[in-house]
Amino acid sequence: MEGMLALAADNLLSPIILFFALGVLAAFARSDLSIPEAIAKGMSIYLLFAIGFKGGAAVADNGIDATLILSLVAGLVLSFAIPMVAFALLRVMTGLSVVDAAAVAGHYGSISIVTFVAATSVVQGAGLDSEGYMVAVAAVMEAPAILSALWLIARFDKGTAQMDAGLMREILLNGSIVLLVGSFLIGVITGSEGLDLIAPFIVTPFQGVLCLFLLDMGLVAGRGLREARGVLKPGLFLFGVVMPVVGSVFGLLAGVLLGLSPGGIVLFMTLSASASYIAVPAAMRVALPEANPSIYLTLSLGVTFPFNLTLGIPLYLAVASFVTGG
Amino acid sequence: MQTHNAKRVAVIIEAVMQSRLTDAMENAGVSGYSVLPVLAGGGRSGNWSREGQIGRGQGMVQVICIIAPDKLDDLLNKAFAVVEKHIGVISVSDCQVLRAERF
Repeated sequence: MEGMLALAADNLLSPIILFFALGVLAAFARSDLSIPEAIAKGMSIYLLFAIGFKGGAAVADNGIDATLILSLVAGLVLSFAIPMVAFALLRVMTGLSVVDAAAVAGHYGSISIVTFVAATSVVQGAGLDSEGYMVAVAAVMEAPAILSALWLIARFDKGTAQMDAGLMREILLNGSIVLLVGSFLIGVITGSEGLDLIAPFIVTPFQGVLCLFLLDMGLVAGRGLREARGVLKPGLFLFGVVMPVVGSVFGLLAGVLLGLSPGGIVLFMTLSASASYIAVPAAMRVALPEANPSIYLTLSLGVTFPFNLTLGIPLYLAVASFVTGG
Repeated sequence: MQTHNAKRVAVIIEAVMQSRLTDAMENAGVSGYSVLPVLAGGGRSGNWSREGQIGRGQGMVQVICIIAPDKLDDLLNKAFAVVEKHIGVISVSDCQVLRAERF
């Protein structure tokens, strides 16, 4: 318990968390501090490129084995299944309509790549190794939850979702998935030699860019919370904190059954615990325009993202270390 | 200089719906259009801003086209089918153009 508290305290005082907090505070204080949209997008491209490439290079060093394939399958299954659990919890804990509950549930089955990047940073800081292919698991877990959300609508609301071939293509080929998978594959092909060539660009500046990006995330989350105060009822807020912990248990089980390293288990728990705020909101706006975006964006970015960043990741690290005897 | 009557249709719509709207416009015989980013706004769904956003889920765009008056009804029907369930505004105004054959 003491170790876990120390870990949480260390995490809370890390630069990435403090910059996130600065962003939230600046937004609450109505400061004019802002990151231009183009720079925010540029930083997200950089982070996806760097994390994908480094993961691919790690796989090239360690080789491809059956656990990689099984991890991808487990990620796929979890992304399909977690929205069902989230939907049931939402119907019990909140008074959300079927449409809003399904839209929120879809967000929780998908992943937040920035939370994943932050978890990778914490895992490395704790001196733990993790499987490089967890990046590919992250990519696999982006989209299936959207289909689960649409199935929930069809099952419980007599089908009001709008799904067409164009939307399916947009979901499967959205920019972040293409860049993450593409960088991962290039990392696998070029290996550590390729990584050495571009390390000064993707390794050394990584933490600094991550800090700046989290400052932006803090600003966006803070503004969202400020604008959507009326939406955030106690039951919804509680769901935003409970659901990541529930999701992390599924990630823990998958990681342990697959025999992943402690670092890999932490990352699987983080992926299962995080909620999307890039790919799924866009898909939901097309497929479920009736769903209230203030609810799912505020929950995902304003509650679950800060929870995972500050308390969730240290908790998952402590639990994974305990379970693996580390 | 000789000018001709035309209609200017401006549609503010969620960024994720942009390609669906422009496809509908082309189907209605629109020969050209322009897309402008919307910086920020507020309405029945609350306030929002492009600043710091990394996804397309929250942004809005404005699509503008000029069309011959006789094509207007078909365009509005097809554009409204796209906009109907989404956050957005369609407005129509009169304008004058120099080369009517282009619209």
